[in-house]
Amino acid sequence: MKLEELRFGTELLKRGFASMQKGGVIMDVVNAEQAVIAEQAGAVAVMALERVPADIRKAGGVARMADPEKIVEIMDSVSIPVMGKVRIGHFVEAQVLEALGVDMIDESEVLTPADEQFHIEKTQFSVPFVCGARDLGEALRRIAEGAAMVRTKGEAGTGNVVEAVRHMRNIMGEIRALQGLNSQEIVDRARDLEAPAALLAETVKMGRLPVVNFSAGGIATPSDAAMMMQMGADGVFVGSGIFHSSNPEKMARAIVEAVNHYNEPAVIAEVSKGLGDAMKGLDVHLLRDDEVLQYRGR
Amino acid sequence: MSTFSGTMRCSSTVGVNIGVLALQGNVSEHIHAFRQALTGMGLAESSRVDTLRHPDEIGALDAIAIPGGESTTISRLIIKNRMYDPLASFSGGIFATCAGMVLMATGVDDPRVATLGLMEMDVTRNAFGRQKESFEADIQIKGLDKPFHALFIRAPVATRTGPAVSVTGRIDAGFVALEQGKHMALAFHPELGNDYRLHERFIKNLI
Repeated sequence: MKLEELRFGTELLKRGFASMQKGGVIMDVVNAEQAVIAEQAGAVAVMALERVPADIRKAGGVARMADPEKIVEIMDSVSIPVMGKVRIGHFVEAQVLEALGVDMIDESEVLTPADEQFHIEKTQFSVPFVCGARDLGEALRRIAEGAAMVRTKGEAGTGNVVEAVRHMRNIMGEIRALQGLNSQEIVDRARDLEAPAALLAETVKMGRLPVVNFSAGGIATPSDAAMMMQMGADGVFVGSGIFHSSNPEKMARAIVEAVNHYNEPAVIAEVSKGLGDAMKGLDVHLLRDDEVLQYRGR
Repeated sequence: MSTFSGTMRCSSTVGVNIGVLALQGNVSEHIHAFRQALTGMGLAESSRVDTLRHPDEIGALDAIAIPGGESTTISRLIIKNRMYDPLASFSGGIFATCAGMVLMATGVDDPRVATLGLMEMDVTRNAFGRQKESFEADIQIKGLDKPFHALFIRAPVATRTGPAVSVTGRIDAGFVALEQGKHMALAFHPELGNDYRLHERFIKNLI
């Protein structure tokens, strides 16, 4: 095997990495200590942040990529993959995280968007990306830009699963409604969805998104996580839900086990016992329009 | 020891019962790949490939696949689901890729993973580094006439093997394809492509 024959950063490797995360829980952490708790609880990866989404909401102002020092501290503390968030469209923040060596980049609506017209051209990077989506068109546009993983947006930092449910139902329902369309109808539908016809055709053929699809934004309990899995998520992101609960270690382990046994209510009941308080949570209907994160990017 | 020549004959009446350990990782790809391989061998009708989630399902299986995923997560869930002992004493063949290969080893460089000790080898987790060091390459595998296109994703390597282990593939960093009896351990991901030669060889070694 000659070094010049190796190929790095290909689509296959990026999607392959995402595939290894399936059936797993990816947890938001803000320091090395939390990262170790997440890893010991069985997280498949951690998202390295300066603040979890609930605290980003509270802090206000412009939310940006985390301090590289913070990200490196977390990378050095665990053996599982480490992800980092960049602002929508901020390709230089993405270049910085790629240079640091993070395993996946989340181009995230949780941070303040840097570009209201364009997302990052993710095909130009060798590091895989995950992007949020609320519906099928948005998901396919992100995949066309090079996202190796999609996550439904939900409404981050609320501890309220209602938006995660809405977005997962949207995507799954839209895919079901496509079954039986002929190639001409697929092209027509792709135009409505503002998505490439070839990607839509692939989705129809597979009966699912052509990349791994996680759920995010509001998951706060083992039952929330298992519900998203039963609705068809390939795995879940838990942001504020773990380290804003009264017993993060126990909550983290319980959510991992609930995702593993998502079709076994008796197991979910067992792991849900005595978890203490879940994060307090917010009624999303009481948010002002400018506080709703899911509207960022389209 | 099993042969590597692939000369064993398959009778269409012989079927195999394969369980893919479905705790975390790319489970559906393994199920698909094994079904494709069995179809190609004319064994699809007589065989069964399904998820393996509970310890009491292990006894009925001829073979188990341990997929890629995160070895720390899978290791923890094996113990939590009371599958450690049934897996460590399983008498059939195990097809283990990436994280699965780590779990098969007698020795690992990381105390966070409790390995099953089924193959005499020491492995190094994430031997190439982080995701940006993941790569695709054509590698030579002993017993295959043409190179195998392999995807190494945050892959492990074996650095030392005992006498019971046959190394069938190696790269500069270490051993990446190994066999011991009916077991096969691969640092890369044959389930992510559509080349089923290694699945076929594993199945032939079972029957």
